[in-house]
Amino acid sequence: MKQFYHFIIKEFYHIFRDRKTLLILLGMPMAQIVIFGFALSNEVKNAHITIVNQSNGAASMKLVQKIESSKYFETYNQTTQTSDIEKMFRKGTIKVALVIPPDFDKTILAQNSSRLQIISDATDPNVATTLTAYLSIIVADFQKELNQPNSIPYTINVETRMMYNPQLKGAYNFVPGVMAMVLLLVCTLMTSLTVVREKELGNMEILLASPVNPLIIILAKAVPYLLLSIINIITILLLSYFVLEVPINGSLALLFAVSILFILVSLALGLLISSVTDTQKAAMFISLIVMLLPTVMFSGFIFPIENMPLPLRVISNIIPAKWYFIIVKSVMIKGLGFSLIWKEVLILTGMMLFFFTMAIKKFKIRLS
Amino acid sequence: MEKFVSEQPAIVVSSVSKSYTTGKTVVKALDNISFEVERGSLFGLIGPDGAGKTTLFRILTSLLLFDKGQAMVDGFDVIADYKTIRKRIGYMPGRFSLYTDLTVQENLQFFASIFETTIEENYDLIKAIYAQIEPFKDRRAGKLSGGMKQKLALSCALIHRPSVLFLDEPTTGVDAVSRKEFWDMLKTLKQEGITILVSTPYMDEANLCDKVALIQAGTILGINTPENITEQFPKTIYRVRNDNMHALLQEAKQWAFTEQVYPFGEYHHVVIRHGVAEPVFPAEVEAGKIHPGIEDVFIDLMRDHEQ
Repeated sequence: MKQFYHFIIKEFYHIFRDRKTLLILLGMPMAQIVIFGFALSNEVKNAHITIVNQSNGAASMKLVQKIESSKYFETYNQTTQTSDIEKMFRKGTIKVALVIPPDFDKTILAQNSSRLQIISDATDPNVATTLTAYLSIIVADFQKELNQPNSIPYTINVETRMMYNPQLKGAYNFVPGVMAMVLLLVCTLMTSLTVVREKELGNMEILLASPVNPLIIILAKAVPYLLLSIINIITILLLSYFVLEVPINGSLALLFAVSILFILVSLALGLLISSVTDTQKAAMFISLIVMLLPTVMFSGFIFPIENMPLPLRVISNIIPAKWYFIIVKSVMIKGLGFSLIWKEVLILTGMMLFFFTMAIKKFKIRLS
Repeated sequence: MEKFVSEQPAIVVSSVSKSYTTGKTVVKALDNISFEVERGSLFGLIGPDGAGKTTLFRILTSLLLFDKGQAMVDGFDVIADYKTIRKRIGYMPGRFSLYTDLTVQENLQFFASIFETTIEENYDLIKAIYAQIEPFKDRRAGKLSGGMKQKLALSCALIHRPSVLFLDEPTTGVDAVSRKEFWDMLKTLKQEGITILVSTPYMDEANLCDKVALIQAGTILGINTPENITEQFPKTIYRVRNDNMHALLQEAKQWAFTEQVYPFGEYHHVVIRHGVAEPVFPAEVEAGKIHPGIEDVFIDLMRDHEQ
């Protein structure tokens, strides 16, 4: 026990004396939350729109005003020539255009029917779809207002409700993703590097020639990073709650418990990597390419797993971050309890035990 | 800790062979090595870089498996009883292997704790060495000078009072004064009953050992006390000098009585061919008979080995 204690103290000395790395470790989650929260948002706001109003009647003016007052659109470069639209698309000054034909006001009054044209720049299909949908909703809304005085015999009113995330905020999705990514980086990358560094610098040669148990060497490396990661979780949760206004609907204690479980999985993975590599370069390569990349791709936080072909969906099951991402979304956003996430928790526990056993088994008690 | 007074040697190496495979080439690091080190003695392994000294150290400290043979340290097999051996030995690798970002004191404290002992418990053993670096105990190990690093590394290797101490080239890269101090310390440790196996590429340090093994290309060329090694050397050696040392080296090779000639400091050493009683040197050459040193023996053995 005393051995273990001194080992941990030593690890803390290593971490605290490497100020730059420590700063990166503690600053990284903040930077990522801010970057994902404000810069890399896929929400559409203030999209540039050109409204080609060739009708200029009372009804069309009302529609234009309605669009202008929406926070999703910002009118840009008014024109009456449809030929200008393509020029603007080419320059990239607008994302979407609405064409109100000259007979709009006339036909809407006389024939109770009229036509509008929405043209959007589909180089980014997600943005194009979103903007088209927003515009259609505004038009439908406008139509309803027109109809109010004289009711139509049959109308179906669709009432949509966006559960758990009524404002469709991207933060609800990426905060759990950033948590998974940061924990993986800190735990897996840093622990594997710190063990392999001792091999590279020759410290391991003395440690191996001493009676100290490999289990102690391995566990002592993990403890400081466990504590650092808990600090990181707290930072992320505070930032997301107060700055990005993402609520924590479920039990905070449960959220912490599963996060610690995921930290343990990542630590075990880091230790396993360090057991099978001999150079920091190799450890870094495996941690980043073999671990971080699949985490970003297969956890479902950027690309929805449901849309992937079957083989990739199968592969995604072995990525620990996928299960953690599901758990955090369930607990934090949906407010679910343990009874609904036990399956995922069980999978993560199994992974942790597997990685940890492998790490100890693969630990070399001799050089080479 | 109990003192071992058994008759059994501290280190027994019998017919140990070890080869490395790098790509498709197999390199023989150790070829059928055998020797014994008596308890409480200072045993030197003398040989150039790449002779296999470090490999031998790693085998004896249970860090490396080998292909053939058997090795016992303190009565235990280095492979089967590696756990027991790791409690009893002190090991100082050739490369400085302490934590450079920890202070002198923290390093010592850490190594005391992993051997489940305390600095206080064995302070008397390391006192003579540690006292010299104690004024810098709050300095980071990476900022120490070469000599001080070696003293700290030795202190850490001794903190648990090992019965056998392995020092792999402890004086390489250390200044002459520190080297002398270091060897003085080893003598003190020997008096404490600790068996010491030390390797060095410096021939002059061989004279400070009780026994030396000359090692070259994975084989032991000879084992004896330093005195016997030089005294039993059967050949006569002259040192020669004149104004043009380079030309002299070429010229000396042509002399009828020359078996071998090689530069040696300010002189060239000429090994006299067997059977020549009194060699006659040219007039302009300053020549004198000398006692062969360990280096002369080594060079001669190396030459024989190569042939």
